[in-house]
Amino acid sequence: MIFSIVVQAPPVQTQGAETALRFARAVLAAGHSIHRIFFYRDGVHNGSALTCTPQDEFNIPQQWQELAQQHKLDLVVCIAAAVRRGVINEQEAVRYKQDQWNLRDSFELSGLGQLVEACIQSDRVVTFGARS
Amino acid sequence: MVLHTLNQAPANAACMASALNTITSEDTLLLIEDGVYWTLPAFASQLANLTGRLVALEADLKARDLKADAVESVDDAGFVALCVSHDKVVSWF
Repeated sequence: MIFSIVVQAPPVQTQGAETALRFARAVLAAGHSIHRIFFYRDGVHNGSALTCTPQDEFNIPQQWQELAQQHKLDLVVCIAAAVRRGVINEQEAVRYKQDQWNLRDSFELSGLGQLVEACIQSDRVVTFGARS
Repeated sequence: MVLHTLNQAPANAACMASALNTITSEDTLLLIEDGVYWTLPAFASQLANLTGRLVALEADLKARDLKADAVESVDDAGFVALCVSHDKVVSWF
């Protein structure tokens, strides 16, 4: 079966991103495929390359990156939600005249159309949310 | 057949109330994260109107030292299996 996962929870403060990560691993372990993981609202912070986590805690953005590299996953960060929260890539840094950018490798910025396409292509779409 | 997940503690009773308004007898409610606190006996009466199947995520029960013997629990693989056996998944948060 083809899954897509929507992550609206940030990597800190709430548990949603960690649950989503565990769920993604369980989906793959069961032999299913993941068409896309879409990061939306505060979930865009999962795409930051600058998260520095204490050594005895999980660095969730890094774990997304490692999972994506192992399984060739498509990690898409909603561009409109991301730029307003300061999660940008080099191209957006140029567009908004910023000196720095911080989008983590293996993630890409794109639009809500990618979420719509994921809903069409997938047998199941599962959302992991957080109250904001 | 819809799988509903709910991750809010009983402190956010409105979230559960909204979910209960839509859950049918064919559906399953999976409690995850702080939602597993709904398995405490003190909240049983508020779940009395639930007509569907009630399940809680094992790792979240363990993390909070909740026993919940009366409630069915699933591990992460079981969560995935519930997604497969239901037509769609609705998340309450």
